[in-house]
Amino acid sequence: MSTPAASMYSEAAASMASELGLKKGKANLEVFAATVEELASKDRNVLAVVSDSRGSGKLGPFSERYPEQLIELGIAEQNLVGVSAGLASAGKTVFAVSPACFLSARSLEQIKNDVAYSDNPVTLVGISAGVSYGALGTTHHSLHDFAVLRAINNMNVVAPADNYEAREAVKAAAALKKPVFLRFGKAPLYDLGFEAEQPFRIGKARLLRNGGDVAFVATGEAVIHALLAAEWLKRNHALNARVLDVHSIKPFDTETVVAAAKGCRAVITVEEHLVNGGLGEACAAAILESGHAGCRFRRVAIPDEYTVTGSQADIFRHYGISMEGLAQTALSLAENNVPVS
Amino acid sequence: MTDEQLEYKSVKLRRSLLKSIKHAGAGHTGGSLSCIDILNVLYNRILNVSPETFFSPDRDRYIQSKGHSVEALFVVLADRGFFPESELETLCCYQSHFIGHPTRKVPGVEQNTGGLGHGLPISVGTALAAKLDKKEYRTFTLLGDGELAEGSNWEAAMAAAHYGLDNLTAIIDCNSLQIAGRTREVMNSEPLGAKWSAFGWSVSRIDGHDYGQLTEALSGPLKRGKPSMVIADTIKGKGVDFMEGVGKWHHGVPNDEEYGRAMAAFDTQLAKREGVLS
Repeated sequence: MSTPAASMYSEAAASMASELGLKKGKANLEVFAATVEELASKDRNVLAVVSDSRGSGKLGPFSERYPEQLIELGIAEQNLVGVSAGLASAGKTVFAVSPACFLSARSLEQIKNDVAYSDNPVTLVGISAGVSYGALGTTHHSLHDFAVLRAINNMNVVAPADNYEAREAVKAAAALKKPVFLRFGKAPLYDLGFEAEQPFRIGKARLLRNGGDVAFVATGEAVIHALLAAEWLKRNHALNARVLDVHSIKPFDTETVVAAAKGCRAVITVEEHLVNGGLGEACAAAILESGHAGCRFRRVAIPDEYTVTGSQADIFRHYGISMEGLAQTALSLAENNVPVS
Repeated sequence: MTDEQLEYKSVKLRRSLLKSIKHAGAGHTGGSLSCIDILNVLYNRILNVSPETFFSPDRDRYIQSKGHSVEALFVVLADRGFFPESELETLCCYQSHFIGHPTRKVPGVEQNTGGLGHGLPISVGTALAAKLDKKEYRTFTLLGDGELAEGSNWEAAMAAAHYGLDNLTAIIDCNSLQIAGRTREVMNSEPLGAKWSAFGWSVSRIDGHDYGQLTEALSGPLKRGKPSMVIADTIKGKGVDFMEGVGKWHHGVPNDEEYGRAMAAFDTQLAKREGVLS
């Protein structure tokens, strides 16, 4: 047992980020709040609907500046989503903001029926997603949201990996006029760059680093760890790792993922989600169906077990979602009978 | 439309409803028959919706929370000209839009419903939007009494009162029966009036088959500043003598003999009422 780790990065990972020139940004949650406020300032039809979650959604300033555009529904997530569907059907641009754990579970039927099936263009904002709440435990973790939401027709599921993607995803969701689930954590993130070369577009993965030995196919706030691991592998083992940032779990960029399987000897998926039903399984299905299943394949995710206790950083590290852990996974695949390069 | 004309229409609607259920071999017969008078009044006296104005942002909204009674909604929409009545022959057929719960693929349907406890929260949303936009349209939703066991209704009840949504009227088709038996024995929701009053609603309890009472209760908010709850006491299976108050007709489909008997009774009533009307 040790005191909870505060940083998501080991000293080595932090210096690697610094050597790569990556700038540390804010938490995506803060970027979400600032972006939705920007949208609200231009259009009074933009509403943030909350379930006693204005504080955890960083919407305090929003509620003071645009009190008529913040709808408080109290601790009642089913009603949050149902009311949001009604507001959206009447022409409002609605962001329904609630912790991802409650939003994607307690109000799942409202998401399925009132939002997706009725095609009401609500943007569901899952805040403090994944294991962001760390030591608060399983009740507050959302490690099932990709699985359940990608199994619902007419849902878009997006997990931005940095501040740029968060900002663009909020704007894109508002413009899309379709049901969208956005997943945000509350830890500060590094800016991944490549904004001009690889602009954000829902449904299109971003190639953050090219390489032909292994491919890290990652999503959300796990992407940075894959990027750092790729550099570590290059420096220490001369392995060239490709890094794909699959911010859109649905629609899914099959083409880019399959290209990684074709172009690399091993594919490692990385996600802050249970190993079942998420990015890893989506990739496995896409690769198998493509006929290019010759690569080695490994899913790095939270295993199907009672999740280890600790901070978000502790949990990430425990399950190998870290520069060191992912590099190790890549090496273990490389050392197998089939050489990676 | 006069009460007599509405009464004549209600027999025609019930006949059409039973015909489509018999043709489909499936349907929620009892609850559709209990709420058809409510829908008849709503669509012919209260709602400012028509096939021509259905996409107007200023139209009244009707959201059927007790979605399983969709056959009642379908026959009323057909009667109001949203689609030809002949389309009801496709109820539950392969590739038909006319499925066993409301779907927006059918002209005139506001929201896809069917899971219970969903209509009231959505209705709070449309009513809230009207308030924000300072629009005059009203929102109506129809709930079942058995449906009230769903907790989401009470979340929405709180919110509607909190926001003072007097442009929202909820109606309970209180037919006292659900699949497993009498509602008060399965999960007692009474005293309904006291509950809704305590939640901050203005409440009226009426005979849900009385056109005068329905019209009065639905014509405007019961009280300014509060959402309205109209508890409409009804009879499950109303209008078909052997179905009235009998639980098995919740989703029972009449056999040929029963169907023939019911249709003959409808025809007799229609002939009698035609005589009165002419």
